[in-house]
Amino acid sequence: MFYREAGDFKTSYGSDSQTFPIKFDRMRYYVVLVVAFGVVPFIINDYWANAVFVPFLIYAIAAIGLNILTGYCGQLSLGTGGFMAVGAYACYKLMTAFPEVSIVIHVLLAGGVTAGVGVLFGLPSLRIKGFYLAVATLAAQFFLVWLFNKVPWFYNNSASGQISAPERTVFGVEVTGANTDAWAKYMICLVFLVVLAWVARNLTRGTVGRSWMAIRDMDIAAEIIGVNPLKAKLTAFAVSSFFVGVAGALFFSVYLGAVEVGEAFGINKSFLVLFMIILGGLGSIFGSLAGAAFLVLLPVLLKNVLVGGLGWPTDLAAHLELMIVGALIIVFLIAEPHGMAQLWRIAKEKLRLWPFPH
Amino acid sequence: MPDQLLFAMEVMLNGLMAGVLYALVALGFVLIFKASGIFNYAQGVMALFAALTLVGLQEGQVPFAHLINAIFGTDIHHFGWHLPALVAIILTIGVMVVLAIIVEKFVLKHLVNQEPIILFMATIGLAYFLEGFGDVMWGSEIKMLDVGLPQGASFWVEENTAWLGGEGFYGFFIDKLDMVAAVVAALLVISLTIFSQYSKQGRALRAVADDHQAALSVGISLRFIWVLVWSIAGFVALVAGIMWGAKSGVQFSLSLIALKALPVLMLGGFTSIPGAIVGGLIIGVGEKLFEFTIGPMVGGATENWFAYVLALLFLVFRPQGLFGEKIIERV
Repeated sequence: MFYREAGDFKTSYGSDSQTFPIKFDRMRYYVVLVVAFGVVPFIINDYWANAVFVPFLIYAIAAIGLNILTGYCGQLSLGTGGFMAVGAYACYKLMTAFPEVSIVIHVLLAGGVTAGVGVLFGLPSLRIKGFYLAVATLAAQFFLVWLFNKVPWFYNNSASGQISAPERTVFGVEVTGANTDAWAKYMICLVFLVVLAWVARNLTRGTVGRSWMAIRDMDIAAEIIGVNPLKAKLTAFAVSSFFVGVAGALFFSVYLGAVEVGEAFGINKSFLVLFMIILGGLGSIFGSLAGAAFLVLLPVLLKNVLVGGLGWPTDLAAHLELMIVGALIIVFLIAEPHGMAQLWRIAKEKLRLWPFPH
Repeated sequence: MPDQLLFAMEVMLNGLMAGVLYALVALGFVLIFKASGIFNYAQGVMALFAALTLVGLQEGQVPFAHLINAIFGTDIHHFGWHLPALVAIILTIGVMVVLAIIVEKFVLKHLVNQEPIILFMATIGLAYFLEGFGDVMWGSEIKMLDVGLPQGASFWVEENTAWLGGEGFYGFFIDKLDMVAAVVAALLVISLTIFSQYSKQGRALRAVADDHQAALSVGISLRFIWVLVWSIAGFVALVAGIMWGAKSGVQFSLSLIALKALPVLMLGGFTSIPGAIVGGLIIGVGEKLFEFTIGPMVGGATENWFAYVLALLFLVFRPQGLFGEKIIERV
């Protein structure tokens, strides 16, 4: 009923291979974009921006990045927090060293720096696989956090060891610093997310993405049919780290404003982003968004219900949140290893036939 | 002997002792990995949970007191008794066995034949769950754990080594607790080796480790073996929890020792019990010596990452670790 494909004929290769081949899907996608760009900025306030929208948009970028590496290329990484820190500190150094250059360029350059660091830590992936690699990426996590904590050059010798974002504008609108409006924060993150999601979607269905998936499914077999594992793995690390780096830069400059590395980019951040892609769906861009939305909303919801509604102490609510997240991970892995993206696919299948399933 | 060398030796000895404690945690990982091919990230949290349960039982805490108080508005904390250490330990072992059965029944059973990476992520979920569960059950404040283990510097060692140095040298400083831990670890490894070599269950365990399907076909119950091996891992976690808990109090950071044990495993190989011990010792000595010699030059606190970087560099040259089985891959 809703997903009617009858009569939706394609007359060119271009229209046949578009991202949303079904007309209904395409319209829905445009509606979401119109709402995101045209409605939300006008009604958003500080609470919603800081508690829900901005973290969601930034984590979504990081989750897409990790999904490229883990979901599409099959290389499990636990170093996401460390790479986000690289993006944040690169952005900070660039912002303070070249104040006249636009912040957008700084954020993109910070992504580029992170891509370089990611390739460096991705080199061992050519020799080691699976758990060994997962543990090896922890080396990146701990080493990078330590580095940014201990070398004063990275935080410009500030007494507190923190980095704080100076005020910067885009088209005359302030996007970083204390006086930023909620909608400005929201808009800059949204633009980054939409562009990067579009890039990721098209990368993953092209030549590069196919070589990643071949490596994920079986690397030796992929090598035999002519996929270059060196190129595939390192490009996956580079692209993934770029996304994560951009997310880290935005997290620091737009969202938090001031950052202490161990607190903001610790091992918990790595696990949080990993959980997002497990719950959302490995190997799916939509899944990254769904997982990020879910894990950003869950604590807000639990806090409002348990602390605000029932009046329980906050530490108890925090512990219950740990339990719920852990249990959800297990339930999802057992019931639906492909995550929310798969649930969505099943729902679409059902909707296509509804209300006459036969 | 010159003092500098003596200090280096003292650092090394302490590193050896720390290495034993790392090895204790790594041992739990190896056991589960060998028997089920699961890389159990929750091992560190299991140690925390075991230690929390032990303290809770010993002090007579009411389980879920925090939650009950929040729901019913009551104010209960303790039953008002103190259990002897031994009874509490035995009860805690019982709890760990129940935990093993629950894990098998609700998690592992449903994940048979999944890819190892899925199982790994499930154990991360389990780790989060257990961490929250332990805190809800016993409260999250830092607790002292006292089961009567000796603590403090050993004067015997200090007196008997003082003659090595000159005027300013008072002998090696070694914690008694670390010595106890070393002895316990040695006993544990010996008894585990004997168990897996000579007992019937131990042989079944090794058969499962070799080949799940072949073991099933000769009539070994996979599910029983999994419960068994998770119980043993729970027991090892309890021992590690007691040692670390007595050293630095029972608190959240206890679960982070899992992160310390990971490089030990990489170095020693995931499948080798001796590897866990040797890897633990190498990492323990290596990180203490590195902190002692290079640490002051780069701002200290190198212990956080040294083990990982060492293991990473090592793996590039020997991907299966020191004692691991050679990795053979076929299409």
